[in-house]
Order: sequence, then structure tokens, then C-alpha cells
Amino acid sequence: MNNPVKPVPCKILEVKQESKHEYTFKVESDIKPSHGQFLQLSIPKVGEAPISVSAYGDGWMDFTIRSVGKVTDEIFKKEAGDTLFLRGAYGKGWPVEEQFKGKNMVLIVGGTGLAPVRSMLRLFAENPGYVESVTLIAGFKNEEGIVFRNELESWRDKFNCIYTLDRDKIDNWEVGFVTQFVSKVPFKDFGDNYEVVIVGPPPMMKFTAIEAMKCGVPEEKIWVSYERKMSCAIGKCGHCRIDETYVCLEGPVFNYTKAKYLVD
Amino acid sequence: MGYKVSFEEANQIFAELSSEYEIWAPKRFPGKGRYSDTDIIRYDKVKTVEEIVFDEKSDFPAKEVLSPITEPLFYFTEDEWRESKVTSKKIMIFMRPCDIAAQHRQERIYLGNGGFNDMYYERMHEKVKIVMMQCDLDDDTCFCVSMGTNKTDDYSLAVVCQDGALKVEVKDETFAPYFEGKTAEDYTPSFPTENKTKVKIPEIPNKEVLTKLKSHPMWEEYNKRCISCGSCTVACSTCTCFTTTDIAYNENGSVGERRRTSASCQIEGFTDMAGGHSFRNTAGDRMRYKVLHKFHDYKERFKDYHMCVGCGRCISRCPEFISITATVDKMNKAIAEIVAEENK
Repeated sequence: MNNPVKPVPCKILEVKQESKHEYTFKVESDIKPSHGQFLQLSIPKVGEAPISVSAYGDGWMDFTIRSVGKVTDEIFKKEAGDTLFLRGAYGKGWPVEEQFKGKNMVLIVGGTGLAPVRSMLRLFAENPGYVESVTLIAGFKNEEGIVFRNELESWRDKFNCIYTLDRDKIDNWEVGFVTQFVSKVPFKDFGDNYEVVIVGPPPMMKFTAIEAMKCGVPEEKIWVSYERKMSCAIGKCGHCRIDETYVCLEGPVFNYTKAKYLVD
Repeated sequence: MGYKVSFEEANQIFAELSSEYEIWAPKRFPGKGRYSDTDIIRYDKVKTVEEIVFDEKSDFPAKEVLSPITEPLFYFTEDEWRESKVTSKKIMIFMRPCDIAAQHRQERIYLGNGGFNDMYYERMHEKVKIVMMQCDLDDDTCFCVSMGTNKTDDYSLAVVCQDGALKVEVKDETFAPYFEGKTAEDYTPSFPTENKTKVKIPEIPNKEVLTKLKSHPMWEEYNKRCISCGSCTVACSTCTCFTTTDIAYNENGSVGERRRTSASCQIEGFTDMAGGHSFRNTAGDRMRYKVLHKFHDYKERFKDYHMCVGCGRCISRCPEFISITATVDKMNKAIAEIVAEENK
């Protein structure tokens, strides 16, 4: 009998510090996720947690992890050559091929919300012309909280970038919440040919979507990714359910026309 | 084929069955109730008919046999790990029609939802043979007739305990040999046709009404009344939620297990995520979440029928005397209010 919750041990290839509290773990694996999907990472006798894939390639996947709980604290003690247990990939990711290809892409992210869109941004950066243009608004609490800083800086040449810190001022960075910069996106120039991706903490996504709609963005052009507690990731444990929707199965990526009804 | 067997004969049959089957049935545990000098009736393995409680509803549902409150998933020893094992015998469960219907509802979540089969449930489910206990109870918490769960044909044997003997319908021929030479007597089980308690099933016409119902003031009452203890979900025949935890054994930290434990959406912290976000932070919100799952959300996803089977166990177990039927009545009123407002 097939056991979908049985994890597979995978070797850690590399550990890289992204910010004071965030590390990226590169793991050896043949699993082929799609952009925006997540896996269940575990350490036997410690626990399991859902983590989104922040990049992937032939034979490897990156997970960018913030040390905020029992499992992630323990993962932080791991080094290259150690083992992590994986199962997945799970959920529905971004509709990159179906909806995003050839369009003007607007991505608005808060904090570690950058992780679930990072693999997609890398695809856009490495394949000029895949999308018409990319506008990236990324906001972080403070300088310590900036993740993928080198990559963010390298994207300034390729994308239209607005980077901001909530209160602190540093060179080339704005000050304020991402919501304040939504109106700077030239939606009018995009005609009908654009899509908006919003990822971050629940209040940030809500207010950013409201700002976007004030700029005339229709609901069906807004895409969000939800984060919920999960024990199984396969529609059994019930923790992530909202009404008839299981975030682990139908999400984590939702179109706003559906997401607006997902009241917990 | 129908038979009448004395307790003595039935116990002989149990003994014969025991080489192939574990027999599970509702059993009385004297003095083990929630309050002093009260009993509890819950499922356990039985060897004799006398142990089975026929004339009272069990405090806890039959689901515990298939999905125990705590269940090991994997065992870890140093760098080795393996799946937990399942009993080698088949499993015979004495169940009332509502508990049988509850399994049909749980199956849709455990088996197939999202294209995944829960292996731990599936391997138990395949072992089960159902003995349907004819249900002649109608205590004031039962509302199976309203939920349409009063009748079933999903059983191998049906039994009724009358005049110190069992009448048995043998529907599944694999059990016929056990009854050879026993007194033949026609028996067709009867089913409840009316309950004292009746529930009008709510109709939520669309998402807008659902959204308004979620923020309706009717739920505020439960902020005062519900103590978020989770008794209702433990007693529920259909609740499936669980939390997975890993443990290391105290005696030797290099050995441990991954296990799952029944979880309750009524208890604070059910949605807590690492990093601090949580949802439904009041008892009223959590009550709303549970009641809508049982009377709307489940059916919206799986079609055909609602999740609640009307066993009434949540009403009996609630230490605050919160009644799900009274709550559904209030919900009906709230929906009527919202719809009337929309049609103005």
C-alpha cells in the first residue's frame, strides 16, 4: 500500500545565510516541483513543517527557512552533508505557463514572501522575453530582514524594482510599506496584458490587493499565496481547511476571485 | 438468512471468530466517567456478548477503532525508520446505523480527497466487517432521521438483543458457516423512523450569504458559553482532524516515533503557525467553523450529504450544555434574516 506521508532522506548540499534569521538549504533531490509549490521537510524525532521551494534545478532544490519554530530551529543546526527528510511537492503553484507567459508581471512581496516567488523570478531573469516585463516591489521590516539581497540587487538591471524598508533608510532603498508603492506601477501602460502576484503576511496581502484594485486592477488579475498550519499536506489533517477549500490541495496559490471568499 | 442464538451460543461463535477476527463493540467502564461514580461507554475489544452495551448510546464513537486517538505513523531508531504495523487479524465492529454512516463520511476525507489515500486509515478500513446493531434508542439528543442516517444496508451481520438472546441476520455469506445448526428464525432489522429531536437542514444559497453568516452576531453567544475544551469534536462520529508530532523516548533519545493525535478546531492554537500567525481567535469563530463544516462546507466539497450524522454525542458531552440542534435552529434564523435583507 502506498504511503503518501512517508518521507525520503535527502543530503544537504549547501547552507547559505540569507539574513540574520534566514538560511537557504540546498538539498539533493530528483523531485521536480513547479513554481510556488511546497514540500514537507522533517527531522525524525523533532517534527515536520511545510516549506516552499525558493529555487530548483537539475537534481536540487532550495528551501529558504526562517528559524521561528521547533522544526526550523533544529534544521538550522544542520550542515552540508547532513540529512533532511522530504516529501512532496504539494499544492497548486503559480500558473506560469498558462497565465503569466508573455505578460507584464507585477510582483509585490513582503518579507519571506519572496521565497515562494523566487524560483519564478529566476525563470523570468534567466529567460529574457519569457514575460513582457517584470515590476518587483519588495518590502522588509529592516535591513536585517532582507533576504536574497545579492539577487535582489542583481535584478535591478533586469526588472523595474522598488525595494523598501518599513522605517529605516539605506542607500537605493525606499522607506515605507509596499502598499504605498502600488500606485507607482504603470498599470495603464500594460493595457490588459498583465497579472499581479501578491505574497506576504495575511494583512499585507489584504491591503495590497485593496490598493491594487484602487488602481483599477480587476480581481481576476490578482494572485496570492496562502500560508496555513498543516500536519499532512494531503487533505487529511484538516488544519488548513477554509470552508470547502483545502489550502494544501487547491492552494497555496489562489486567484483573488476565490481568495476573497476564503474567510478563516 | 435469520437466526436466534442464545448468549452461550453467541459466545461460542465469538470464540470461533477470534482466531480470525478482533471483535470491537461499545463496552461499559464502570466508574471511569467524567464525574465521580459515573461510567463511560466506549469501544473496546470484547470476548463475550455480555460485555456489549446494547441499550445505551456509547459516549464515544466507533471511529476510534479505525483511527485511534493516538496512532504511531513511523518508528525511528538511530538512522533507521519504518512504518508502524497494523494488527494481523480482521476487525469486526458492532455499530449503530449513525456510526456506519459516519464512516462513509470519514472515508471521503481519508480516501481520495485530493487524490491521496491515507494509508493508515485504508489498511484498517480493508479489515473491517460491520455488525449492525439494530437501533431502538431515541434519546433526546438523537436526530439521525433528520440527517438521513437512520437506515443503512452496509453491514455483514445485523443483530438485535431481545429477551436474553440475539437475533441475527446473516447478509454476508462468509459468516454462514458460523451459524450452521443454530435455530433459524426470520429476522429483518428495523430502523428508527422518527426522533423526538428534529432539525431543519440549513440552505445557504450563495457565497455572499455564507460570508455574511460568518460575521453574524449569532456566533457571539459562544464567546460566553463555549470553553473551547474540544469535548464535542472528540465525541463526534465524523471529526477527522489530527496533528502530527514527533517524540524522542525519554529513556533513550536516539529512539522515537512520529505519531498523530486527534486534534480539535475548537481548541485555541489549532491554526497557530510558526512565526506567530493564527486564525479564528475567539470561541465564537471556532464554533462557527465547526458548525458550518458539519452543515455546509463538507457537502459543498463532497456533495450528496452533510457531514453531521445526528448521533447527538456532542450534545451529551458538552460541559456547557451547548446543543448543536439549537445552534442549527439559530443558524436557520440568521440565514433567513440575511436572505430577507438581500431581497429588500
